[in-house]
Amino acid sequence: MIAGSLTSSPHSARISRVDQVMLQVCLALIPGTVAMVWFFGWGIIINMLLASVFAVAAEALVMKARGRPALPAVRDLSAVVTALLFAITVPPTLPWWLTLIGILFAIVIVKQLYGGIGYNPFNPAMAGYVFLLISYPVATTSWLPPDVPSLLEARDLVHLSFVDSVRLIFTGGLPLETTWDAVSGATPLDELRTRLDQNVLMADIRQSPLWGWVGGQGWEWVAAGFLLGGLYLIAIRVITWHIPVSLLGSLALLAGLFWLFDPNHFPAPWFHLFSGGAMLGAFFIATDPVSAATTKRGQLVFGALIGAVVFVIRTWGGYPDAVAFGVLLLNIAAPTIDHYTQPRVFGHARGKS
Amino acid sequence: MNTSSQPHTQASPGLASHPKVNPSQKLWKFHGGVHLPEEKDLSNQGPVVATAVPKRLVIPLAQHIGAPTRPCVKVGDRVFKGQMIGEPQGYVSAPVHASSSGVVTAIEQHAMPHPSGLPAPSVIIETDGEDAWASDLPEPVTDFHQLDADALRTRVRMAGIVGLGGASFPSSVKLNPGKDQPIDTLVLNGAECEPYITCDDMLMRDRAADIITGARIIVHLLGAERCLIGIEDNKPEAIAAMRAAVAEQQPQTSASIKVLVIPTLYPSGGEKQLIRILTGKEVPTHGIPAQIGVVCQNVGTVAAVADAVLRGHPLVERFVTVTGRGIAKPGNFRVRVGTLANELVAASGGYTGELAKLVAGGPMMGANLATDAVPITKATNCILALTPAESPDPGAATPCIRCGQCAQVCPANLLPQQLYWHARAKDLDKVQDYNLFDCIECGCCAHVCPAHIPLVQYYRYAKNESWAREREKRASEHAKKRHEAREARLERLDRERKAKLRKKKEAITPKTKTVPGKSASVGGAEKTAPAGAGETPIAGGGDDAGAQGTKQPADRQTETAGNAP
Ligand code: SF4
Ligand code: SF4
Repeated sequence: MIAGSLTSSPHSARISRVDQVMLQVCLALIPGTVAMVWFFGWGIIINMLLASVFAVAAEALVMKARGRPALPAVRDLSAVVTALLFAITVPPTLPWWLTLIGILFAIVIVKQLYGGIGYNPFNPAMAGYVFLLISYPVATTSWLPPDVPSLLEARDLVHLSFVDSVRLIFTGGLPLETTWDAVSGATPLDELRTRLDQNVLMADIRQSPLWGWVGGQGWEWVAAGFLLGGLYLIAIRVITWHIPVSLLGSLALLAGLFWLFDPNHFPAPWFHLFSGGAMLGAFFIATDPVSAATTKRGQLVFGALIGAVVFVIRTWGGYPDAVAFGVLLLNIAAPTIDHYTQPRVFGHARGKS
Repeated sequence: MNTSSQPHTQASPGLASHPKVNPSQKLWKFHGGVHLPEEKDLSNQGPVVATAVPKRLVIPLAQHIGAPTRPCVKVGDRVFKGQMIGEPQGYVSAPVHASSSGVVTAIEQHAMPHPSGLPAPSVIIETDGEDAWASDLPEPVTDFHQLDADALRTRVRMAGIVGLGGASFPSSVKLNPGKDQPIDTLVLNGAECEPYITCDDMLMRDRAADIITGARIIVHLLGAERCLIGIEDNKPEAIAAMRAAVAEQQPQTSASIKVLVIPTLYPSGGEKQLIRILTGKEVPTHGIPAQIGVVCQNVGTVAAVADAVLRGHPLVERFVTVTGRGIAKPGNFRVRVGTLANELVAASGGYTGELAKLVAGGPMMGANLATDAVPITKATNCILALTPAESPDPGAATPCIRCGQCAQVCPANLLPQQLYWHARAKDLDKVQDYNLFDCIECGCCAHVCPAHIPLVQYYRYAKNESWAREREKRASEHAKKRHEAREARLERLDRERKAKLRKKKEAITPKTKTVPGKSASVGGAEKTAPAGAGETPIAGGGDDAGAQGTKQPADRQTETAGNAP
């Protein structure tokens, strides 16, 4: 009788699939994305769609070129996750061809040239972003001001409509009678750096209309959205708490120490947590399993070091935000961290790994 | 007197179904583990069914880890139930007995319920239906305290008792930890953490008194102080039955016997995990529980010990679960060793239809069967027929995304993805660095892996490769030693011959002639003295017999170390 297949134990149904994991990550991005769209317009969504299409197409083409079936690789949704993270990181007005270049770099060079999913030592989305940041610094750092009426008024800025966004992304054309200066604004981190360099005190900087309760206007809501999504990912066990907690913890700790030491020249720790890419980075980017440390102790070290790098670059480095750099830098170190943080195996003497 | 009051307290209905953890006793945790869907209700609803004597018994000659037995019956012999048909060979071995009366019709290779799928030598008995016991069984012993440890151990050994939890290690060996290894704790494994399997559950409900008596016998044999019985909290009836039996027998022993209810979490029933949960101690890597003063036995094994001592019965039958949604009427059976699995399947109403897999054992660690025409052995606790819905084809494995889920659930606290990485690259040194041999093949990692990588398969492969390499290395070392020893021996013979010759010459020739020239040669003869110390290898491993003598124990050691989990 018996026509059963002969495979190794275990024989029971598996509980998760890679595409389900990826889908959960996409879902968890929703609150943060909604906040972004609310404050920065439809460009976010357009970029997400564009990037996803480019990423899936690039993934399929490379798989074809490598003589592998394209469908499974596309279906695991990992390319889409990369695309979404990339689209969230770049400004909502990024010209379409820059999105294309960034995605091609991320998918073809960073991911596929290293062997495809699971083999890339670097986070593809961040590598794509940093590539653009270095090659096209202006376009990659030109953010829209958050759509908060009082702020737009105070600064004499215009907000872009959906059509405006489409036109800007695809043709580079601004709405009639507006200049670039009227639509773009500095991000809070940008502004902070410039003003601090001009020896303005924190107390005065905080008076700027760009400031909200804890972070920048709008930005704090975006950060809260990603925090919420991140907590969801922890709750459903797609990620563990180790990297986010150690990353945010070390960032807050360093920021807190300097702030206590000199609150006039250093922003408060909560400002650091709710500005720029800290939340997104902590929950969605640094936790990318492929390029992060894998042991639990290793993840604590990994996260803490990223937090430290972010603080150092934000405070003394050449870029206003440094989450992408922090993640990429520590990606390099991940294998070494893993090597020195292996857990004590059951039955092995304590004290030796 | 500790836990005996527990069963009498009437808890609220909600609590009664899950007797929660013991108020007084601390439990420990092990890393990882997985919660598996409960499938026990499928098979534990009805009573245990005693199966009829099958027409034909296929009794494998090797049903344990260790040296196989040698048949001590011939084709045509009439045999009786309980009669020895396979003699143990060596220390780590256990005899095999006929499980019913009849005539031996063949001794031949037969398919086995074993992961290797290889056939094994078996005694085929055509039964006569009388089920007559042999007349020369050992006398029943009513008061086991009369027997000393050696006598009890011999009984256990001659009754052919091996671990019934699946590992099938000869019990008499486990019960002989040696004088320098005092045992304070006997751990009884009633956890039964594999989903679907319920034979230990039913055994504890039906034979609690025998299990406790068996435990007392072993406590007496080992001189242990306490017996801890671990049962998962999803077996309330078994827990109640065992507690009642403990309450009854506790006054007759000075050792403390405790039933400890442990949370349901796979693989709590793994020997090392259970010992950790109950005692807080970890069995050292490559070590055995005796090193930390613990002996662990499955509840079925202990019941068999009671049978052997109290009734003089060798191990010829066991409880087997036949279950899975591929079986029409799942349930538990009292089965004679050697009964074919397909007869059990027939007794449970046959198959329901399409099967994805037939498994001997549980879904997590069981062995795939290519056919159901395999005998039930002492180690077979379950025949599991899984439908495609229960065991869906996970599809082709996709690349590892290094999500770390596997490391989170690994009870040995290994890094399964690194092991996989190096096993795949056939880097046998690296897999050793990552402690491959601490893997108990529980399958937790593969179970949660979203990329559906058959991780355990890679570990088995790497283990086999490592053993093969080890064997090869030893074989070549052995050959080298033999070669060197032979050279040394020839050299020595040559020297001796020359020395003799010289002596003869010396005797014949006049003395004066030798003095100046031969002094050097005398020195040379002296030089041979240290070379004579080169005889050591000759004695140690020179000729064949000596070599076998040194080689075998080493071989056996790796064998047990490897298969211990
Ligand atoms: S669970 Fe599977 S995919 Fe995840 S790290 Fe382990 S082997 Fe890789
Ligand atoms: S099979 Fe081995 S590696 Fe996998 S979880 Fe179990 S002990 Fe760990």
